[in-house]
Parts: sequence; structure tokens; C-alpha cells
Amino acid sequence: MEETIQPKFSEPVFNRSHGRLLMPENRYWPTRMWKNPWSLPTYRRGAAVLAGLLSGAAGAAWLLGEIGPRVAPLYSMAEQYALSYGIPLFLVQTAWTVIKAAVLLAVPLVNALFAVWWERKISAHMQSRMGPMYVGRWHGALQTIADGIKLFLKEDLVPESADKIVHLLAPVAVIIPAILVFAPIPFGRELVYADLDIGTVYVFAVGGVSVMGIIMAGWASGNKFSLLGGLRSAAQLVSYELPRTFSVIPVIMLAGTLNLSAIAGLQAGYWGGVLPRWFIFYPVVGQVAFVVFLIASVAETNRIPFDIPEAESELVAGFNTEYSGMKFALFFLSEFAYVLLSCLLMAAFFFGGGEPPLPFLGFLPSWAWFLGKTLVLMFCFLWFRWTFPRFRVDRLMDFNWKFLLPVSLLNIAAAGVLIWFLDCWAAGLLGG
Amino acid sequence: MTQESSTALKTGQMFINFGPQHPSTHGVLRIALTVEGEVVVKADPDVGYLHRGIEKLFEARNYSQGLILTDRLDYVSAMPNNLAYCLAVERLAAVQPPLRAQYLRVMVSELTRIASHLVFFGTFSVDMGAFTPFLYAFREREMILDLFEMLCGGRLLYSYIRVGGVSADCPAGWEEKCGEFITFFKPRLKDYDTLLSFNPIFKDRTANVGRISAAQALSWGLSGPNLRASGPDYDVRKAEPYCVYDKLDFTVPTGKTGSCWDRYYCRMLEMGQSAEIVLQCLDALAGTACLPAGRELPPGEIMAKGVPKILKPPAGQAYAHIEASRGDLGFYAVSDGSPTPYRMHVRGPSFLNVAILQEILAGCKIADVVAVLGSFDIVLGEVDR
Repeated sequence: MEETIQPKFSEPVFNRSHGRLLMPENRYWPTRMWKNPWSLPTYRRGAAVLAGLLSGAAGAAWLLGEIGPRVAPLYSMAEQYALSYGIPLFLVQTAWTVIKAAVLLAVPLVNALFAVWWERKISAHMQSRMGPMYVGRWHGALQTIADGIKLFLKEDLVPESADKIVHLLAPVAVIIPAILVFAPIPFGRELVYADLDIGTVYVFAVGGVSVMGIIMAGWASGNKFSLLGGLRSAAQLVSYELPRTFSVIPVIMLAGTLNLSAIAGLQAGYWGGVLPRWFIFYPVVGQVAFVVFLIASVAETNRIPFDIPEAESELVAGFNTEYSGMKFALFFLSEFAYVLLSCLLMAAFFFGGGEPPLPFLGFLPSWAWFLGKTLVLMFCFLWFRWTFPRFRVDRLMDFNWKFLLPVSLLNIAAAGVLIWFLDCWAAGLLGG
Repeated sequence: MTQESSTALKTGQMFINFGPQHPSTHGVLRIALTVEGEVVVKADPDVGYLHRGIEKLFEARNYSQGLILTDRLDYVSAMPNNLAYCLAVERLAAVQPPLRAQYLRVMVSELTRIASHLVFFGTFSVDMGAFTPFLYAFREREMILDLFEMLCGGRLLYSYIRVGGVSADCPAGWEEKCGEFITFFKPRLKDYDTLLSFNPIFKDRTANVGRISAAQALSWGLSGPNLRASGPDYDVRKAEPYCVYDKLDFTVPTGKTGSCWDRYYCRMLEMGQSAEIVLQCLDALAGTACLPAGRELPPGEIMAKGVPKILKPPAGQAYAHIEASRGDLGFYAVSDGSPTPYRMHVRGPSFLNVAILQEILAGCKIADVVAVLGSFDIVLGEVDR
């Protein structure tokens, strides 16, 4: 005797009667969340997980300790080893440089891996969404890797009307400076690839080369929108380069050096044992310089509210409209590399680099403080992006030439007055 | 264009097709722009890409079948369309809906107004480059759609308001859910103000852009928030109260300069007023509001007695208009005594609002076209019919 298979009907998802939803119990209504978020177990759990992660990271950093001072002994050990076995010294030097370069190359890559995921999560939580949740089990932790694989597998499309060679070279011209620019950045005490005396000038000069790549991309795509986006981008980047550079001049005047690690190191110590001697705490001059640098940096990285070059509602995707696959990924990578660079520079110029904010917090190594400050500043970048509307293109230029530039120039004069005042104070000419 | 030698740089006017496929036209509107550099010289709105012949389709359907067509006019706020149609047909057939149904009608109209203005708030902010308000707006709108789904089963096209009343009374627990939504929603309006309304970048892009004087607005026949932003406080709910609006306490927000920002902010204030109206209606339904003696609202009494399934109004004509989300929406019904209307004309506010574009877009910058167009909050389903 055969069994007849009875169709099984599962419970309906929604409690319905004649097509009418009886009660939206299993629909997301955010009303409870707004009354008292701490009443939600998920909220409490999330806060606990976040606190645990932070303290875990701090503990790990404490265990690791300073990395910078251990690097030089490592190299001399390798040299000793080579000498005792008769290996030519230039081989050791070459290998050492290659390793250092590989570590430097990893900075923008790892940064993009993390920052893209972070941006997606932050934007999602600001917009009461969840963001990526599936890839990598824990809150979509491997989402960026999945996206990277997708971009690798994508077809590389080159438009018929494009200038093939320039089209190919443009992402290269964008990404190479974006990697090179990290060379003089002091990631911690004695943790720097090339301790250049003109580090500040180097960073701005090399970073400026990327504009070439963007113009090349806009020109070579053979698309009106790309060209418009590229030209707008060039105009914007060149304009905002000025107040960005001028806003750093007070810092250089106060520090008396262009060396980035020296500038960061000069900010060690505390006024009255409490207030750190960071440049942002120099009255008026420091704050103005920081705000101008921050605004100009946001503009320099083409992010909202200054994302005119890739304004979606006007220009489709701007200069990278005609790029797909890894070529597009390179533009993306360089954008996040420059965001990281701006945050690193701000941390070094205005927030004392690796110096702890309070004296008793000195048990954490300098690289941990530097990284922490950078991440907090990076959060500001993401925060701006998901809060502000976009400038109109002519107002964008007005804002730069009529406001930011004069303010940054005035700030240089104010810095001169401040230095004169500090010198007088130091010489005991004021107040006897 | 002047003819010059071929080696010289030629300057002249350029013709741009803005739409019908452009992300910022909110549908299939085409604006034929003539630009000189960045400045618009001439703008010609071209409508008709979504024409479905709805007014003609009414003539082949009876009165209850015609109701579903009204949902498809302004699909972002379908309830007021139902209401205007039903008011016109009720006037034609001399049907008086019960009081409870009238309160429910007002309530769903105001909830729809909130939902529709939320869509405007979201899409306008996306046009201005801010993406987060869009998701906030849709989060709140989703709750309203849930409420409507509980009420009638539909989330976009409701056909809830019927000739003679409404299709169903509110289910158990609906009023509490509705109250919960309103208490959640009112503080959110302040959030929107801090997030977008008074943002300097946003004000810079919208205030003093696309200004319309009161005389201009009246002569072009604007209505709704677009008219009130210029100053005149004409609102059908106050000027010719229908349903129970004369029993409700609310104000009509007006703007001063008629700029994009005023049009935007008028809608923001209107949402607050709509929330107040919904609260008052909830009180009335719960029996806590003071109603005249013998005028209580018994549950279940939502349909006028003796309305036949196939309505045959006597020969004649009737016009009814209401304040829909986008302005003064009117239905003009002509009956010849048969089960189908002889003629049904729709006065769609979006259609009249879109006409003024040709005047105010001239002289704007290209980047402002998106702002001006977005601030009018047109729905092409109503423009083209």
C-alpha cells in the first residue's frame, strides 16, 4: 500500500484575514528602539561586544609594545648573519628594502579592505539598516574580499571611442602616487619607511600627481560625462590644494621643521600636566588650521559634500564611468588611500602623532595611539559623507577662493603673531 | 547661431534633452532645455509619455469599477484620489456616508499626505546629494503602509474609500498602532530639520532658487504646497471644507518667497499638521472627543444604507474637489442615467504645477533644474493620466 504524500502547508508569514494584515508584529517598527534603546537586548549586546573588541585591541597593543625600536636591531642582526656566512651585503640590503616596500604596499590595500567594510557598516547604521551581514559570518566581515574577487572576475571593458593606451595608464597613474605617498608617514615611534627631511613637501607633491590620472581617465574614456567629471575634478583638486597646503604652514612655522616624525615628536608633553601640547590646542591658530585642513582634505578626496566630480544625479559616475573590474577598483583603492593619508596627516600635524592624550595613558605603544586617532578622524570622513548634501559646482569654487583661501592666509599671519608672542614670553619680556 | 569662419571658436546655444530617462525627473517627464553655457535660456516641459487614457476608460466602466482607475492617477498618494472620486459620485447620486466613515476618510487622507510628503522629502534630498534622509523617510513611510495594509490589504493602490463610505472598519488594535506611529513620527520632524532643512549647504542650493511670486503662482493655477509656499493660503480643506475638516483644528502653513526651500519647508510643516489631524480623528473614533449629542461613532457603521451594487445616478453633473497631497484635485462627473459615467474629467494638480516650469526654469543654472523640478513634487501618473 502506497502512502500518499500530503502537501504540507506552513504557517502563513503574516497573520492575515481576507488579505488584510492583522497586526504588523513581525514587521520592523523602530518605535520601541526610540523610546529606550537600552531596553533592546541586541543593543546592549552590541555595546558589550564593541567595548570588548576595543579593550581586546588595547590589550593586544599593550602586549605587542613598541614596534619601531625593534626594527633596527633586526636589520643589524641580519647583517651580522650575512657577514658570518659570507653573503654579500647588498643582497641583504636589497631584501630588506623589498620587505619594507611590501609592507608599505600593504598599507593602502589593507586600509581599503577595512575602510570599505567600515564605511558600509557605518552608513548602514546611520540609516537604520544593517549593511552587509552574510559574507564572513560576523557582520559581513569578509564582504570586501568577496567584492574584490567579484571585481577581479569582471570583464575589463574598454569603450570603442576610448584612447586605449591612456585609458589603460590612467588608473596606474592614480594608484602609484597613492602608494608612494605613504613613504615618509611616521606610523609610530621610529616606524617610518623613509624619514625624509622634506616629508611634508613630499606628501603634498606626490599626492598632487594623482590629479593627472583623473584627467587622463576623463579624457581617454571618450565619454562626455567622464570628461566633464574629469575636468571638474581637476579644477576642484587644484583649487583645494592651496588652502590645504597653506593651512599646514602655521604648523611648520611652529615646529620649525618639515620632517613629519619630527613634527609629531615635537608635540610630546603636556601643559599643566593635563592638556597635551598638540598643535590643535594652540589658541585659535591651531583650531582654524585644523578645520581648514579637514575641509580641504574632504574636498581633496572627492567625498560628499564635495563629490561634484562623481555627482550621481548629474554626471552618472564622473571620471570613472567607463571603467570596470580591477581598473575601477584601483580608483576606489586610491580614494580610500587618500582618505587614510589625510587622516594620518591630521593625526601627525594636529593631534600629536603617537602621543597619548593623557599622561597616564602612556602604557599603550605610540603606533596604537596613532592608529586610534587616525580611525577616529576617518570616522569623521564617513560621518560627513552620510550627513551632508552636495555643493553646487560654482558655490564649491566660491567657498574655496572666497573663504577657505583667505582664512588660511590670515591664519599664517596669526601664526606669526603667535610665535612672536611665545618668543617674547620665553624671553621673559611679558609680565616680567 | 551666427556663422563665422571655421577656424574660429564657435559659441552658441546648446540643446539638451533632460529626460524622459533621467534619474532626477521622477518619472518620464521630458524637458527640452536650451542652454547658453551654464544658463538655461528656454525650457519646454513635454508631457504625455505615461498617457493611459484613464479619463476615457472611466466611460467604459461602472462607478464602482471606475474607482480602481483613480488609484493609478497619483500612485504615490492614492487615498485622496479615491476620496475625490467618491465625493463627486456621491454628490451625483445624493449619497450621504456615515460619520465614522468620514472620520476614517480624513484619517487615511492625512496619513497618505504624510507618506507622500515623506517620499518628496526623500527624493528631494537625494536630488540634492544627501542619501541618508531618503532612508529615514522610507522607514517612516513603511509604517504608514503597514497601517494601510492592516486597514485594507493594499500597500500602494488601496481602493479603500468606496462610494457611500469605506470598504472596512479599522481592525482591532489598529488605532493603538496608529497612535504609536504618530507619537514616533512627530519628534522625527525635528530630526529632519536638524539633518536637512537648516543645513547651510542645502539652504544654499534651494533658498532663492526658482522663486515664484504670489501673482505668478495664482496666474499659472498652482495649488497645494507649491501655491502656499508663495504666500496665498488657499487650502480646499479650509476654503470649502469636505468630510469633517470643519470640525478639526489645524493651520495651513504658508511660505513667503516661493523658493524651492519654501516649497520644501511648507511640506515639512504640513506633515506636522497632518499628524495633529490624525490624532484628533483618533480621539473622535475612540469617543473621547466631544461630539454633538446623538452623533457618536458606532463601530461597524462605515457604509451608507441602500447604496446599490450597480449605481445608476440620475442624469446630471457634479464636481467635487479636495486638497490632495499635491494640491487641488477635482473630479467632474457627468451622468446620463446609465450605469457608466457619460464623462469623467480629472483636474490633476501635478499637470497644472508642471506648466509653470517653462517660465521659472528660464534663467536658472543647469544644476538648479534638478532642484526646481524636485521641489514641485510632481507625479507623472497624474500629469499624463
